[in-house]
Amino acid sequence: MITVLFFAQLREQLQCEKLSVELPADSSVTGLREKLIELHPTWLEFLASDKLLFSVNQTLVKASHVIQNGDEVAFFPPVTGG
Amino acid sequence: MIVIQQNDFDVGEEYKALVADDTAAGAVVTFVGRVRDLNLGRDVLGLHLEHYPGMTEKSLQAIVDEAQSRWKILRWKIIHRIGDLHLGDNIVFVGVSSAHREDAFHAAEFLMDYLKTRAPFWKKELTKAGSVWVESQEKDLQAAKRWE
Repeated sequence: MITVLFFAQLREQLQCEKLSVELPADSSVTGLREKLIELHPTWLEFLASDKLLFSVNQTLVKASHVIQNGDEVAFFPPVTGG
Repeated sequence: MIVIQQNDFDVGEEYKALVADDTAAGAVVTFVGRVRDLNLGRDVLGLHLEHYPGMTEKSLQAIVDEAQSRWKILRWKIIHRIGDLHLGDNIVFVGVSSAHREDAFHAAEFLMDYLKTRAPFWKKELTKAGSVWVESQEKDLQAAKRWE
């Protein structure tokens, strides 16, 4: 099971803060994104943005990063703190 | 030390802590970021700051580790506020002490440039026309790229 979190504008667009999902072994962040769109077709326009950032276990990663069972994955817009 | 809090901070107190009992610190740089009244032509009334608890601290620590590998830093502190902020409120504090000014200046600037592009904080501006999520700016990405 993978825990998926969404933040900021993306959280509001999806109207979802957190969910759990089962993924086939060796799935990447891209694979997770495809799975989420399959489960929630209306999320396509928001998850398709090439500006989104991803973290796995609270470290920024690339879309090709392979996810392990039990990982915490987050999707969010570019950061704007400071 | 990394502190994420809703409350304000006192720059004077933070400065004192950076230099207390440390006669090796010949240079101290402090930076404060504040809520500005005009952003990209929008009249701003206030801000809401969201963050990713846990990852925020982890990413800031990684940024500090990187700074410490590049410059000789004696003491440092990062404070970032979250929640609802008003015009003129402090948002972020970065303080660095070192023996010489070059290290302190560079490290403080690096910490802010990387914080702005890597630490998971998001600003939502409250304006007269409603609230809008702030978009990341190319100039911030360029500023961070200088250090690569």
